[in-house]
Amino acid sequence: MNFALSEEQEFLKEAARGTLSRVPTVAAARDALEGEPLPDLWPAAREAGWPGLLLAEERGGAGLSVMEAMLVFEELGRVLASVPLLGHLPATFVLDAAEGLDADLLSALADGERRAAFVPARPPSDIEPRWTVDALLGSARPEAPEIAEDGTVTGTVAWVPDAPGADVLVVVGRGRAVLVETNAAGVSIEPVTRYDATRSLGHVRLDGAAGTLVDVPEVKLASAFYLAWTLLAAESLGATDRALEISLEYARERFTFGRAIGSYQAVKHMLVEILRLGENARSLMYYAGFAGKDAPDEFPLAAAAFRLSAGKALEHASRTQISVHGGIGATFEHDAPLYFRRSQLSRRLLAGTADAADRVAAETFRTAAAAA
Amino acid sequence: MDLNDTPELAEYRVKVRGWLEAHKHEAPEGGASQTEGVAAVAARRAWQGRLTEGGLNGVTWPAEYGGQGLGPLHQVVLNQEIGRAGVPGILDIIGVGMLGPTIIAHGSEEQKHRYLGAMLTGEEVWCQMFSEPAAGSDLAGIQTRARSTDAGWVLNGQKVWTTNAQFSAFGLILARTNPDVPKHKGLSMFIVPMDAEGVSVRPLRQISGDAHFNEVFFDDVVLDEEAIVGPVDGGWGVALTTLLYERVTIGLGGEGFGWRSDRFAAALMRDETAATDHEVRHRFGEIAADFLALRFTGYRMLSALNRGQIPGPEGGLAKVTTIKAAIDAGDLLADTLGPDALSDDDDGFGKLISDLPGLKSAGGTEEILRNMVGERVLGLPPEPRLDKGVPFSQLKALEKEAVK
Repeated sequence: MNFALSEEQEFLKEAARGTLSRVPTVAAARDALEGEPLPDLWPAAREAGWPGLLLAEERGGAGLSVMEAMLVFEELGRVLASVPLLGHLPATFVLDAAEGLDADLLSALADGERRAAFVPARPPSDIEPRWTVDALLGSARPEAPEIAEDGTVTGTVAWVPDAPGADVLVVVGRGRAVLVETNAAGVSIEPVTRYDATRSLGHVRLDGAAGTLVDVPEVKLASAFYLAWTLLAAESLGATDRALEISLEYARERFTFGRAIGSYQAVKHMLVEILRLGENARSLMYYAGFAGKDAPDEFPLAAAAFRLSAGKALEHASRTQISVHGGIGATFEHDAPLYFRRSQLSRRLLAGTADAADRVAAETFRTAAAAA
Repeated sequence: MDLNDTPELAEYRVKVRGWLEAHKHEAPEGGASQTEGVAAVAARRAWQGRLTEGGLNGVTWPAEYGGQGLGPLHQVVLNQEIGRAGVPGILDIIGVGMLGPTIIAHGSEEQKHRYLGAMLTGEEVWCQMFSEPAAGSDLAGIQTRARSTDAGWVLNGQKVWTTNAQFSAFGLILARTNPDVPKHKGLSMFIVPMDAEGVSVRPLRQISGDAHFNEVFFDDVVLDEEAIVGPVDGGWGVALTTLLYERVTIGLGGEGFGWRSDRFAAALMRDETAATDHEVRHRFGEIAADFLALRFTGYRMLSALNRGQIPGPEGGLAKVTTIKAAIDAGDLLADTLGPDALSDDDDGFGKLISDLPGLKSAGGTEEILRNMVGERVLGLPPEPRLDKGVPFSQLKALEKEAVK
């Protein structure tokens, strides 16, 4: 048994941190709220080889696994970097499993010359037999787009990460998927930004758009959805760690009544709670990395548990960061509001963390029933 | 990230599984918690003896003291296989897991040869006597006194939370030998025969009605010079070794309490309304995720141990999560299933619910644990202390002054 990062994985993480340190991403996140354009990190991502992370080597990619993708996202999350990989990586994960696709397209996606976005659908569960997607408003989940035998696709999917500006979409329908060029007739992508200006989202409307069927088994489409969950979770865990570091620094330096505030139990215990929740999430990240590679049957459970726990960790961390800093933490004199905004929106994307809790329950019921 | 056995561990697993297959019919009935009653204890001791003969005990102890000289991962394999075979493990987890290793680290050669063999076989069970009614989290504040006299060391005082004291042959006790120095510096560790004159054991009944713990009283108990483990006034260092092994033992024990999400899931699934209710599922998902996190935190700890890293206080945060998840589980089951969930029989969760409020403080309160982690792991400054550098004998007066 071994549940520690390998040397190569440590190196990948370090290299990602190095790449991101060259751009003031946190300042950019603040400016973006005022309407400033975000810095384009895609060239740096291409140079680092991130777009091809999950594509096989013979397709021009790096042939790496969920674990490595999560490590990159952890680093992105630390510094609130906006890189459209949450859309791109799950899309390439699906395409990598398919046969007969245009090799030039795959190598362009691996290289990052072209960019894909994943249009996710949530797999069925014990209490919901349909593939469903996020609604424009409210909790009733519409059925996933309908994909005909000839590859034409119709349906609306709201809040799709990184859809604006993508070259191709990998649209998940009801147990099948289709590859659609974003400039095809019948495709419209309405860019939307809500609350967290670093997060590029789009409402995707497909009206009889022509696409190419992607021949992959249903379970792969389900895995792609869970992969997106793990990436979002890893990003939250990275942000949690950074929020803790910033808060610790302040708790050591700020004095009240002649003592550093970090010496007071009330403050200390809040900070330790961030560590507790973060370490729980980290253990589940390792589980997701392990399951994604070697125990595919457990990947839904692992991904859901990680998503839930990382969402909770960042929720606590981002609120605690504000509390520890006092009033100033709730103003833009400080970076804390940026982490808070990141937490609030992330928890509501891709069906939301509450849905991840439901999935953990569903999967635990399923395995308990199988064991009985 | 992998869960695979190395070839060496795989071979060990086959060996252990084979032995358990061949001998499990000799194991006593009932789960690991069936230590109540004289007959049950005798059966568990005998089973510990059988496991020891089979080479399935003292896994990480050196071979020269009867152990197997293997690593922590071998212990995990053994625990897994014992769980798989559905038989109880050893009775004296406290002795073999914590006190034996303490004696191996600090005891004299005579002590090692006299005590370790019989500890391993279960012939002589051991108990740990550190905490007192007025000193638990602040362990170095204990008041039990050992005075040096012409007749030997004379012990007076009281210990509490002593598991297994009612059937132990020996106990390892931390006592104050010098009150005129700061509190950590005047402590010594002793071995006490539990049948010595002046030792009395009284059970403590808990919320569940069970008595897992005892109070132990010492009234002019005389110990000879050979009873001391480690140097005179050097007991604090010895105690730290025991506490380190306590963390390791708890870390390796994992799901040993039988608090597993599949068991809770099975109970919820018997009620179809509950199993499809969104709020129940949401709450249960949070609990199940916590238990999963604990399992993989355990694997992370083991990976670190296996690389020779010593577990730090952050391992204690896993205990906080364990207790919290179990409390939430008991609460959800009772909310969902109603008063029947509170029953003490096998289908109920009354014992689980009853044990948790006390377990929250077991091994040090959560508040103390968070202080330790905050200071040693996160590097936060400590709370100001009144007792630093103050001789123990002057502390009482100082404490009184502070609340004036």
